[in-house]
Order: sequence, then structure tokens, then C-alpha cells
Amino acid sequence: MQSAISLSLSSPSPIARSGVANTGNACWPMPRSLRFCGLRREAFDSAASFDAASLRFVRLNLQPKHSSLSKVSAVLKGNGAPSSSGFDYDLVIIGAGVGGHGAALHAVEQGLKTAIIEGDVVGGTCVNRGCVPSKALLAVSGRMRELQNEHHMKSFGLQVAAAGYDRQGVADHANNLASKIRSNLTNSLKALGVDILTGVGTILGPQKLKYGKGDSGDKIITAKDIIIATGSVPLVPKGIEVDGKTVITSDHALKLEFVPDWIAIVGSGYIGLEFSDVYTALGCEVTFIEALDQLMPGFDPEIGKLAQRVLINPRKIDSYTGVFASKQDGKPVQIELIDAKTKEPKDTLEVDAALIATGRAPFTKGLGLENINVQTQRGFVPVDERMRVIDANGKLVPHLYCIGDANGKMMLAHAASAQGISVVEQVTGKDHVLNHLSIPAACFTHPEISMVGLTEPQAREKAQKEGFEVSVAKTSFKANTKALAENEGEGMAKLIYRPDNGEILGVHIFGLHAADLIHEASNAIAMGTRIQDIKFAVHAHPTLSEVLDELFKSAKVKVSASSAVAEPVPV
Amino acid sequence: MASLSFSSSVSSSTPFLRPSAFFLKPRSISRLPLVRAKIREIFMPALSSTMTEGKIVSWVKSEGDVLSKGEPVVVVESDKADMDVETFYDGILAAIVVNDGETAPVGAPIGLLAETEDEIAEAKAKAAAQSSSAPSAAAPKVEESAPVATKVEAPAPPVAAAPATPGKVVATPYAKKLAKQHKVDINKLVGTGPFGRITPEDVEKAAGITPAPKANVVAAAAPAASAATSAASPAKAATSFPEIPGSNVVPFTTMQAAVSKNMVESLSVPTFRVGYPISTDALDALYEKVKPKGVTMTALLAKAAAMALVQHPVVNATCKDGKSFTYNSSINIAVAVAINGGLITPVLQDADKLDLYLLSQKWKELVEKARAKQLQPQEYNSGTFTLSNLGMFGVDRFDAILPPGQGAIMAVGASKPTVVADKDGFFSVKNKMLVNVTADHRIIYGADLAAFLQTFSKIIENPESLTM
Repeated sequence: MQSAISLSLSSPSPIARSGVANTGNACWPMPRSLRFCGLRREAFDSAASFDAASLRFVRLNLQPKHSSLSKVSAVLKGNGAPSSSGFDYDLVIIGAGVGGHGAALHAVEQGLKTAIIEGDVVGGTCVNRGCVPSKALLAVSGRMRELQNEHHMKSFGLQVAAAGYDRQGVADHANNLASKIRSNLTNSLKALGVDILTGVGTILGPQKLKYGKGDSGDKIITAKDIIIATGSVPLVPKGIEVDGKTVITSDHALKLEFVPDWIAIVGSGYIGLEFSDVYTALGCEVTFIEALDQLMPGFDPEIGKLAQRVLINPRKIDSYTGVFASKQDGKPVQIELIDAKTKEPKDTLEVDAALIATGRAPFTKGLGLENINVQTQRGFVPVDERMRVIDANGKLVPHLYCIGDANGKMMLAHAASAQGISVVEQVTGKDHVLNHLSIPAACFTHPEISMVGLTEPQAREKAQKEGFEVSVAKTSFKANTKALAENEGEGMAKLIYRPDNGEILGVHIFGLHAADLIHEASNAIAMGTRIQDIKFAVHAHPTLSEVLDELFKSAKVKVSASSAVAEPVPV
Repeated sequence: MASLSFSSSVSSSTPFLRPSAFFLKPRSISRLPLVRAKIREIFMPALSSTMTEGKIVSWVKSEGDVLSKGEPVVVVESDKADMDVETFYDGILAAIVVNDGETAPVGAPIGLLAETEDEIAEAKAKAAAQSSSAPSAAAPKVEESAPVATKVEAPAPPVAAAPATPGKVVATPYAKKLAKQHKVDINKLVGTGPFGRITPEDVEKAAGITPAPKANVVAAAAPAASAATSAASPAKAATSFPEIPGSNVVPFTTMQAAVSKNMVESLSVPTFRVGYPISTDALDALYEKVKPKGVTMTALLAKAAAMALVQHPVVNATCKDGKSFTYNSSINIAVAVAINGGLITPVLQDADKLDLYLLSQKWKELVEKARAKQLQPQEYNSGTFTLSNLGMFGVDRFDAILPPGQGAIMAVGASKPTVVADKDGFFSVKNKMLVNVTADHRIIYGADLAAFLQTFSKIIENPESLTM
């Protein structure tokens, strides 16, 4: 169950912040303390929006294998028979979000008898209340924006009469998309023969759990390995009361039941940014309320600045930074702004609605963690770098794993899925550690923002600690033929790398289709490809991917290609 | 990105007597002789002739960084472009007075440069003092006209619902943006929106603009004359102009705003015009010859004008204060270029000294840069004489407005076959074009202009000298 749109820790919620600050003891490779990681997490927090893409990835890749798999598994034992030593299942996954789904598919492929427990609807946050429906709304807002931009249309020689929209139609599009993806997801699980067990899953002890409505009708099952993948819910800071009508979270906003004239968005992370894109395209005015000193914390500062100039300044948006929001009530909605440093009331706002987009909180209640002596930290289940759950004494709990938003490592749908696959690899006897620095993230504004790896300040900090040099290369969309053909020359790509060995530390893109462009970089990081090698790869002309081509070529690496470029071959 | 340099010494002379030329042509000024002061102010540079305030895009350096001469320190956004600004002095960036994203008027201190580490503390103290006093010193005009947040209890709008918080001015984000853009004091408006809030329409009304149709309202297709809005000040505009339903308001781009400002300013200069018909048969023949070598008509005319200006320096002069002639040392021909709904004047510097081919080459580069919006300030604001040619549209004569800061502008019409009678009464057909020069009569008189035009016409009629 992954967070759809995002999760920002930097949220203006006072609790979230203080909580974060307290968890300094890091047994995590990715420290949770806000200082180190708050930014980075936020950067990744969001967006999940890739999910749609990642889902597709999962299906396309795994389903074809399934056909051959069914033959193979017939020889083994299929998903119908428990594999060994008297357990009901080899693997039970609690939560059928994108993380649980990814893990289940991979588990079946590995020949494990797998069950998945879901108390709500299959698909989790991403599919039902997150990235999927939000992408539907953003698809609408992108078109709306284009049609309203007379100047842009004129430069194409197009004439469009004033664009209008039908709120219900837009809302239906989002809802239909969610149902479609949900049924795809359900079908793929059923087709593989994964048992979908309905109810709330609770861990009773090692390798033992129950599921059901929490009453006497609950069934008890045993499993060799258990994965917790229960995801997250919108985080609502203390002092704010959500009524689902004028004070709402992303859960409500995605239903688009009403389009206010003026909405305050609390939190300028991914969720907030994406919604500001949707709302302003639909004619609303937006006021951002951000607890940190600047908007869009968590993004690479340079990208954030550029994005702000394009996504915020020219639009009908104003903002208050360094303030918490509290006490919303009445009509109009009255919001009290409290200075984040002095805690003094600073100002009040009157708006038509408020969207709380301060981040997401893990959903781990009722899991029965106390039965195995595991203490959550601010609700997150502590895990090591292999997603193995750590108990209150700092010891690993055997056969128990936690993936996705529930462990808080990187609150993205595709990260959860990758973690699930990594866990399945481990339980089938292959050691696997997921490199979180190779997981891309994206924010689906118009234009999009995407990133992978470290931001420039993070890279510089690391460089200083470890004593290496950092260089930065940049290219602009203004120089890209395809972008110019689309009249979308606004944007840049930025590469942070080590000039001594050509290692890619981070790539950040702001521009047309940035979310789709980032994968060349994330794959390179995942595979360990160095700049001196990747820069010889050929890109089709004219495509947006040449922005990255240029980027790699403009990097100044002190070593030459690691393997000699192939000798000329007549073709 | 262009680079400019700035900085001057603080403690020494009065900080308010900084000539603007210092900012406009920093390179030629180089270091100020007085180097006593150990702490120097970094000023908001004037990156274009029309720039009145600049926004700090970002500080490239942060407080405590050691700077060396010529290094970019800060990126400033003017009304035309973003530019790197570099320092003229070695030193340490002791304090940043105006932070990223903030705006400061041209000439206001934006940071302090200390010579040694010991002075950093002193500089910081100074910065603290400055930031408290700076706003009043920097923008006194604004303060006068718009007393910030005068706590006048805004009278509740008579018809609309009373604001939920009495006495508080509530304006929507876009309303605030518009108010800033059109310099409307939002505290003086009465909101007509829900709960008495000030809506964008209220601000537009106060600024005398017909409200643009709301985005999501399906409006009748209105191919309205776009740039119909007058450039006059909001106050004036508010009084006049009946609203025509269905009209469409498009705010100026920064470039258009700069043009508008310049045009209004030009009204303060007493100008007059002198026209002159010139035969162009020889010029046309020459043009055919040199065209394959990349020479454009623009370059030919600019070169001809420059050569004529050499002989009539007063036409190349400027009247800056209404009391004196400023004779410019170089002849820089600005050429008006229409670009994407805007107007810019790339400058052919030293047009009298460059040969025709170099000039054409230079012109080509300037046009490319203008198209890519990469013109550097000295490439569009250093003109001493302007050339505007509408001949290619078939315009036979027109009248140009003199840009502020220059003495004269030449308007060139189309060259057309014309029946000419010579002194013996013989008719012949010759190509003639009409040239009309607008000049500042404070420094350029009728005879000056006539003599200049005579010289110009001789050059055009015997154009061989242009190629030499």
C-alpha cells in the first residue's frame, strides 16, 4: 500500500517534526533524522506517481513469464500446495497495495505458495487514493492548461475557443482509472493463483497470524515468511480537524467533489504541488502554507528554484513559509498561521477550503506487533537494510519483513514493490540488498520534476565526509529540438557526479516528460554504469532523451571509457 | 548570460551620488581610485536602461566566501534577462543584505564585501543597520504614495457580506499579484467577492482594466485586439475608456512594459521632424552586388548613417540634463527589431569604424541573440542613434518616436519608382525613398538635421564609399 502522492516529512505538522527530530538513533542506512534525511525523504516521498508506470512494468514483465511459469510450477508443485515443513503458506503478505502485489507476483514466480491479506480494497493507497487517480486529474489539468494558454496555442497556429470543463466528468475519469487499475491488479493476482484473504491481518507470534473481521470468526494460518505491507494514511497534524468537506486530505481531494474558488494547501511537497497544478488549471486560486523556510523543500535547491519560477510564481498562487497551520473552522475556512520558530500566532487566512498535504503516516495499528516484541517508531516498523524487522531489543525478528510506507524508508509505490521483490529474493535463498539511491521519484506537475540519487547539497556533504570531488553538469531543454517543437523549452537537467571515476551521484530533471526521462539515469545508477561509458550510448534524434545525452556528454570525467569502445564494425 | 561588475566604496563618498553610468558601463569605469574603505557595498546594478529594480535570483556565493576579482557573485533578474554579476574587488562576502528572491531598487546595497576576515563582524553590524534603514532610504517614493498598511478600518462594503474578520483586508492570491503588478493599493479597495474579499476583478477594476474572462467560463470567441490596453498610469486609466464587452486584456510582458515606459518618457522631450527624399538606384545596385556576400540592407543603412554622423557629431549627441550637450565618443547605431510582440534595439557598436562585411556579420549575430533572448545589456542599451525601417512593408513614410537618451532617430520608408522631372523638364523614373528623422530640439536644430540628411543622402546616392 503505497502512498500515492506523497509524503512529506517536512510537513508543517509540529508533531511530525518533533517526532522526526527525536529519532536520531539510526540503525537504518537511511537515517530518519530530519537533518540528514528529511530532505531526501521528502524528495522521494512523493510522488509515487510513478506507480502507474511501475504497475505496468510489473505486469508486462511478469505476466508473460507466467505462462511459462505455470508449466514449470506444475512440475514443482504450483501455488496450491504448501512447500515444506507443515506451514499453510510459504509467504503471507499483509496488505495488497503496490508493494504487496509486487512481492506476491515475484513470490509466485519463485515457486512460493503465497497468500495476500487485504482488509480494504486491492490496490492500496496508490491505486485507490493516490498516484493513480491523481494522474488522471493531472492529465486533465495538463490539457486544460494547454488549451487556456492562448499564447502557446497561437504560436502553434492553433485557434481554440475558451476551454471549459465539467467537474463530474473530470472526477469520473479519475474514479474510472482507479477502478480499472484495481481490477487489473486483482486479476493479475487471481490469474497467478495467489490466495486473496479478506480481513485485517494480525500477527500472533513467529510465523503465525490470523485474519478476519477481528472477531471470533477469524482464521489462523501459519507461514514460513511474513511480509508486512500495510502502507500509510494521510498525516494530519495536531490542531487540524479534517471534515472531509472544506478541510480535506488527498483522499477527499481526489474525488473532486467540489472545486473551491480559493484553497489553502498546507504543505508544498509533492502532494501539495501536484494538487496546486490541478486546482489552478481548474480556475482556483491557491495559497501554500509551508512550515519550512522555503517552498518545495526536499528538491534539489536549484531545481526547486527553477520549478518555483515556472510552477508557482506565474500562477494564481501565493504562499506563506515558516508557518504552521492550525485551527481551521467555519465558513469561510479560517486558518490560523503560527510562526514555526516562535510558535506565536502570526496571521489568519480566510479561504474556501483547505487541503492538508503535510505528508503520510504509516498504517501499522492492529498488526499485533506487540506479540513479537516489536515497537514502532512514530508508527513506522523498524527494519534493517534487507527489510528484516527489528524488535525492541534491536534483534532481528526471524521470518518477518516489512516493506513500503510502513517502514518509511522511501515512501513511494515503486520503492515498496522493489523492496518486496528484494525480500522474496532473500527468502528464496538469494541475498539481495536494494540500492535506494537508484530509485527514481517524480512529481507530475506541468512540466514534471524527477530525480534520482542525491541532491547537490547531499552530494557535497557526502563528498566532504568521504573526501572526493563533486562536479555538476547541466543542460537545458531550450536546446532540445523536440522540446522546442512542442513549444516547451522551459526546463533543465542536472547531473551530479564524481569527476575522478565518473560515478553518477544524482540526476534531477525539470521539464517536459521529466518523469519518463529519469530512468536512463536511475538504470545507470542501479547497474553501476559510469558516465564515461554511458555517454557513448546513442539516442534517437530528435527526442527529449537527448537532454540526458547532452548531459552525460557535457560531464568532464577524468578517466576514459572503462572498456575500449568496440572497434569499428562494418554493418 | 552577461556579466556586469559592481561595487564601490562605502565609507568614503556619499553613497547617493552614484552616477548611473557607472552601472551601465562598468567595464570602462574599472576600479574606483579610492580604496581606503575596507568594507565595500555591493549595489544592485542597472542591467538595462529601463531597469528600476532587480530581483536577486540567487547568490552564487554565500556569506563568508572568499571572492576574487571577476568572479560571478550573484545572479540578478532584470526586466530583460537573468545575469551573472561579478565583483571588481577581491575580498570576503561578509553579509548578504538582500536575500534570494527579494527585490531591491537599482543602486541599493544588496551585500557587503569585507577586505579581511577581521572586518566581517563590522560589516555584519553595518548590514544589520542597513537592512533596517534600507527600505526607507531605498524607496522613499513608494512609501509616500502608498503608506504601507495604514490601519484605516476598511469600511465594510455596503452590499456584499461583511468580512468574516472585521477590519482585516482579505484578498485572493491572484488579486494580490495583480495589485502589485498594477501598483494598486489593496488596502484602499472594497472587496466584492464572497465574505467581502478582494477579488482579481476588483483590482482590475481599480486599475481600469476590463476583467479578462474567467478561465473556466465558456466565453464567446473574442478575437479582441490584444494590446488595446493603454500604457497610461492606473489613475488616469480609471477615469476614461468605456468598457466594451467581450474585450480581452493581455498584460504586458516585461519587454512590452519597458517599451511602454520608454514611450511615455519620450513625451518629456521636445522633438521635431525633418523629411528627405533620397534616390536609391545606386544603393539598390550596390545591394544586389554585395547581397551574396551576406550584406543586408540594414547594414548598408546603418553604415551610411554612421558615416554621416561622423560629419555631424551633434546629431549623435545626447541631452541628458537639459543644460548641456553630451557628445558621444562612439557611434553606436541601434536598429529597431520587432520580436514576438515586443520591440528591441540591438546596437551595432562603432558602426563608423567597422567595414560593411563585419557590420553585416555583427548584425547577424545580434539578431540571433535577440531571438534567443541572450542580448547583453550593452548590446541593446548603448545606442547613440536609432534606425527604424518599415520599408519592407511598403510603408512610404512614417514618423518615429525618439527613444529617451538619444538625440535622433531615423525612420526609413520603402524605395519606390517615382517620376522625377529634372531642371530641363525631362521626366525620368527613379527609385526614391523617404527618410524622416525625429530629433531632440534642445540640442539638434533644423539646420543641423537638414545638413545631416543632405550628407546622408549624398552617401546613399553615391554608395561606393560604403564598401571602403
